[in-house]
Amino acid sequence: MSNPSTRYLPAGLPIPVAEPDGLSAPYWEGLRQGKLLVQRCGRCNTWQFGPEWLCHRCHAFDPAWIEVEPRGRIFSWERAWHPSHAALRGHGPYIAVLVELPHAGGVRMVGNLLGDPEQTVAIGADVEGVFEHHPEQDPPYSLLQWRRP
Amino acid sequence: MTARTMDERTLRGRVAVIGIGETQYYCHGASPDPEFKLALKAILAACEDAGLDPREIDGFSSYSDDRSEASRLAAALGTHRLRSATMQWGGGGGGCCAAVANAAAAIVAGLADCVVVFRSLAQGQYGRFGQAGGIHTVSGERSYLMPYGVLAPPQRFAMRVQRYMHEHGVRQEALRAIALASYHHAQANPRAVMHGKPLDVEKYDASRWIVEPFHLYDCCMENDGAAALVLVSAERATEFRRKPAYLLGAAFGSGHRAAATAHNAPLYATASFGTVAPDLYRMAGVGPSDVGVVQAYENFTGGVVMALAEHGFFKPEEANDFLTFENLIAPSGTLPLNTCGGNLAECYMHGFELVLEAVRQVRGMSTSQARRSDVALVIGGPMVSPASNLILGSEATL
Repeated sequence: MSNPSTRYLPAGLPIPVAEPDGLSAPYWEGLRQGKLLVQRCGRCNTWQFGPEWLCHRCHAFDPAWIEVEPRGRIFSWERAWHPSHAALRGHGPYIAVLVELPHAGGVRMVGNLLGDPEQTVAIGADVEGVFEHHPEQDPPYSLLQWRRP
Repeated sequence: MTARTMDERTLRGRVAVIGIGETQYYCHGASPDPEFKLALKAILAACEDAGLDPREIDGFSSYSDDRSEASRLAAALGTHRLRSATMQWGGGGGGCCAAVANAAAAIVAGLADCVVVFRSLAQGQYGRFGQAGGIHTVSGERSYLMPYGVLAPPQRFAMRVQRYMHEHGVRQEALRAIALASYHHAQANPRAVMHGKPLDVEKYDASRWIVEPFHLYDCCMENDGAAALVLVSAERATEFRRKPAYLLGAAFGSGHRAAATAHNAPLYATASFGTVAPDLYRMAGVGPSDVGVVQAYENFTGGVVMALAEHGFFKPEEANDFLTFENLIAPSGTLPLNTCGGNLAECYMHGFELVLEAVRQVRGMSTSQARRSDVALVIGGPMVSPASNLILGSEATL
């Protein structure tokens, strides 16, 4: 397992875990191993994210988990200034991006855009994934962040 | 109901609002009363307004997991019996019109005769919507958002609005005009929390960012209070002391996979009314040009831009031209908007204050009466699923 990474946001924000029924467990376990896994239906090849027990297109159960390259382009973004959590007080602005993965059916995922929090952000810009590992946390977890190449 | 038969599946003209009531509206944490007591006060005020014995209430309808539970209300009020108890799933404030629709449906179906629709919410007692705390782990939808600082509604909705502004060239001034109109109307409304606290262009522009593209004044308040209305069948509507406001139509829901997890809705930059607005107009038998006054839920001003466009008042590309302060104010703007001050400046009663204001407009009793107010539209929480909307009308519109 990887060493602790530099954090983009301070410790203390909620830690992601799989649901009690395990729906997203492969996704979070994949991130811990430095892999991005996305659901893809084994019958009709439809991509799906976030995960569900059923393919929304052909209704086959239990879509497969496929490793995809963590790259994409910015579909939207926001720069947050107000701390909506005690852990963010005094931290200053940060950027969240919604990244579209054209090579995985256009699924989207939210992460932070690494670098200067006051940088100019352009919708449509290419980004590449950066895994942010927190093996020291209880429970341990990993996030997927993004940066301009 | 000229060409309409009673077996047609519609709510049009079948029920009417006969009473409205609310508590004093407070800043969050300022209510001296517990939340359940606020609910009781609002319900009794609505009954008093109607001239109705509260014991006649036989149904309750609410949304967003309101904590003031129907059976407890019925027991506290000593109602003769309880026949309908309806909670709208999900959607937060997007249920504010759906709760009215569910109550109306219960009456039309013969399940109940006199239904109270209400929302009681004391954010000072149960936690502010704008703060996320006390959570160690998250799963499901929130797990893909909260670890990245997408914690509370401002961060959850800003990216959607940002995308919409990008796709359609909407400028910040359009959002600003919505905030200015709400604050303007609040200055005439003594119930409004922001009464006596006007907003102007300079103050808006100088206000801090909460999350770009939302300034402070683009975001709703957080409040304590309760609001309620009483609904009866159209046949009984004229037995009470107030001019009835008839339900012309209501709809709720969202489009194809609108709630796909973690911002994966196929149509992302939408307020969720693409299917819901046509449903409403079809039932009501009116179109956008018939609507004289609009109450549109402002969780954030950007959602109002999207919601108004999806209700056909302008094309998204025309938003900058349509959304000006002059166009949005009563009495004579093109489309008077949020004439009580709304979630931004009257009270964040989770949108239910907007439903009450539409009733006042139809009655002709608003503090900012619109020139045309016979057909009054309410749009519930944009950008959520399920969202909802409704249209009220005077007797002349039936």
